[in-house]
Amino acid sequence: MMPRLFQGIRAAAGRRRAMPGGRLSRLAAGGLLGALLGAALLAPLPPGALAADEHSHETPRPPHAGLSFQRMFGSFDRAAAQRGLQVYREVCSNCHSLRLLSYRNLRQIGLSDAEVRAVAAAVQVQDGPNDEGAMFERPGRPSDRFRSPFPNEQAARAANNGALPPDLSLIVKAREDGANYVHALLTGYADPPAGVTLQQGMNYNTFFPGHQIAMAPPLTAAGQVQFPNMPDASVDQMARDVTTFLAWAAEPELEARRAMGVRIVIFLCILAGLAYAVKRKVWADAH
Amino acid sequence: MAGGLTQSEFKNPVVRWIDSRLPVFTMMQKEYGTFPTPRNFNYFWNFGALAMVNLVIMIVSGITLAMHYTPNSALAFDSVERIMRDVNFGWLIRYIHANGASMFFIVVYIHIYRGLYYGSYKAPRELLWMIGVVIFLLMMATAFMGYVLPWGQMSFWGATVITNLFSALPIVGDPIVTWLWGGFSVDNPTLNRFFSLHYLLPFVIFGVVFLHVAALHITGSNNPLGIDPKGPQDTLPFHPYYTAKDSFGMAIYLIVFACLVFFAPNYLGHPDNYIPANPLVTPPHIVPEWYFLPFYAILRSVPDKLGGVVLMFGAIAIWFVLPWLDTSPVRSMRFRPWTRPFFFLMILSFLVLLYVGGKPPEGAYVTAGRLATAYYFLYFLVLLPWLGVKERTLPLPESISRPVLRGGGPLPAGAAAKPMEKA
Amino acid sequence: MAETLAAPPGSPPHGREPLETPLGTPPESLVSVSGTGTRRDMLTLMTASFVAVGVGAMVWPFIDQMNPASDVLALASTDVNLAPVAVGQAITVVWRGKPIFVRHRTPKEIEEARGVSLSALKDPQTDAQRVQKPEWIVMIGICTHLGCVPLGQKPTDPKGDYDGWFCPCHGSMYDSSGRIRQGPAPSNLVIPPYAFTSDTQIRIG
Repeated sequence: MMPRLFQGIRAAAGRRRAMPGGRLSRLAAGGLLGALLGAALLAPLPPGALAADEHSHETPRPPHAGLSFQRMFGSFDRAAAQRGLQVYREVCSNCHSLRLLSYRNLRQIGLSDAEVRAVAAAVQVQDGPNDEGAMFERPGRPSDRFRSPFPNEQAARAANNGALPPDLSLIVKAREDGANYVHALLTGYADPPAGVTLQQGMNYNTFFPGHQIAMAPPLTAAGQVQFPNMPDASVDQMARDVTTFLAWAAEPELEARRAMGVRIVIFLCILAGLAYAVKRKVWADAH
Repeated sequence: MAGGLTQSEFKNPVVRWIDSRLPVFTMMQKEYGTFPTPRNFNYFWNFGALAMVNLVIMIVSGITLAMHYTPNSALAFDSVERIMRDVNFGWLIRYIHANGASMFFIVVYIHIYRGLYYGSYKAPRELLWMIGVVIFLLMMATAFMGYVLPWGQMSFWGATVITNLFSALPIVGDPIVTWLWGGFSVDNPTLNRFFSLHYLLPFVIFGVVFLHVAALHITGSNNPLGIDPKGPQDTLPFHPYYTAKDSFGMAIYLIVFACLVFFAPNYLGHPDNYIPANPLVTPPHIVPEWYFLPFYAILRSVPDKLGGVVLMFGAIAIWFVLPWLDTSPVRSMRFRPWTRPFFFLMILSFLVLLYVGGKPPEGAYVTAGRLATAYYFLYFLVLLPWLGVKERTLPLPESISRPVLRGGGPLPAGAAAKPMEKA
Repeated sequence: MAETLAAPPGSPPHGREPLETPLGTPPESLVSVSGTGTRRDMLTLMTASFVAVGVGAMVWPFIDQMNPASDVLALASTDVNLAPVAVGQAITVVWRGKPIFVRHRTPKEIEEARGVSLSALKDPQTDAQRVQKPEWIVMIGICTHLGCVPLGQKPTDPKGDYDGWFCPCHGSMYDSSGRIRQGPAPSNLVIPPYAFTSDTQIRIG
């Protein structure tokens, strides 16, 4: 025991003697090279170059919309989503499709079976061919997909001055900073600043990349969409509600996902604790 | 031996009956039960097992996704959205698969850099290392083709750009690209073959992983000290010691994985891939998946088409000859005070490339990318061969079980003495 | 340490240890942890059961994904217009991917279906139990033997010996009420859920 102890101490001391030179050289080399690289990285930078996203110096970041589902464990505000559905039906759906959703999905945001049927039956969808081989129109059913306003892309462009209104089913997932962007875009219409000439048929929007957007301001006046119990909803209110609805449309699984995630992560943390305890026990005699 | 039954140590009659005819249980016992493993692994040695588990997760989730996916350019995008919306737990399985790819690369990058730091590529493990590089290449091919399948904008343009790399080859370039596409642009035939190969390659990977593990069990594992075990006092049986340690690592890995899947499933993805593929419009910023960014940055830092492609593939090809580029007789960087800072600088350059690869190719990003690329190759082609010869390494410890010279600082004498008493 | 060394050589094999003395086990693994054995056992058992529960829970989504998806379940109803189907004619419509036989029965067929005594039937059911309006029989057109589609819808089809349907695969014969009369099929043709939405319109499902 004793000789080994001494050996250990001697060796440790020897190591410490060996260290300073090694550590110094390491520090020196590392520091020097780090500084070199750092300088090389930063020296040729023109001011603002690190924010080099090509639009960012002209397109401001959309402000945080603070919607119910944006919190880590948040869920969709059902009332807001239902108002958003109303905004979509009365305003957006004139040009924008929602082709990945079915009317039956609306049960998820709290519509009753009867309400879903009513929403579906309010539109005529094409079905067929019937026994005579002809296509025909019939009232929508809950199992139908949302009816698209135009039969195809060409028709949509023709009706919109050559611009294609994008499908909205995934819009919140398909844009950087999705919900904030949609909300900012809907409320971001403004008069063009001096010196900016808009092309024909274009509108100025603070948050649209390039600022010139073909979509005319969709929400223009308070109370444009008459919500029950909320007679004079502001433009911002309508924008927030339709954003909530579209966020749900893009990620209908969000609430189930978060609820499951909480349970699974808690479970795994306990499991990790147990596994660590087992590991300690197993290794107790090996150290 | 021929015609005879093998001697089985097992007492359970059924196990014994099978084992004496096909000694799988003895083999498992030998390779995963009693397999003598260096006793001084740190947690970096968990990542091989984690990669194995990750591969299984990818195969299982992938097979289930393929039950619902339609590899047709007109239907692919919608079939993926149907998985997300209508298939029972489809969103869960798809997010596991998508984020599982990212986790796989995180795990494998750590596994690779662990090998680089502790010299796991050196004799006698050169072939083991090279097989590992093959696995990495197969993973990259599989991941790339998998990313094409949802047929979003990034899928389409990623496929276009990456397949166009081959057009850099003189003379044969264009015919090869046309052959890869099965047409004159990325289209339905391309999607079909990518799906077929994306389904095939994971099983090829599985086979190569088997070789990787087989080679490992011939040479035995390296360890943080980089010295060979000198006897039983230097090793522990794999089970229960490393099964227990791996299990703990696995739980931590799963926590990270679950946080991604459940709370940030699209954090590592790109929003543009939720826009259906449009052959007429390229998105303003196209970037590959994050795990390709270092190599993408190398590609872009060369102003010549062929040169960029060569350098990009060279960055990985260099790993094949690494065992011979590194001239030092000492494996672990713990004992290589001169090389160590340069190694960390190499990691830094890799991270710089990772960052730069995701940024537009302009201004300072180009400069940084070029510097990092230059240093990456300088490290492997010049510094490693040169330092290995010149370096004055620290004295190696006598053996693993006598950690008097262990890098982690002096241990209490009692701890050092304990295993010796047992031996 | 002392406990460890004091462990009797013949102490029972530990749960986490290999069952047998393995070949070439390094000495450390033979050092039994009998002193702390029960605690480690409990812990190991708990962890193992946690793992089992976790794996079990994760297996379910991978099994359930093969069940009908919500869009498949939503396509649960089919409307059929009966107006163009004359007496004696039959049509086949699709509901949930299966053929649905709708036959406008003649008075003769109705009589035959009603005239059978229950004791003559393998799967006793009165005709009244199988129809909502006597002139319309609506059934899933899948033989209850092994899933073939019986003949008998078209005027030229063989209808079997009972003026109903005949399964060409294994010779099962159904009467004009779709009840099994002869052959290997164990039960009558299945009646799907349906309702008359008007005099000439039914909704299946």
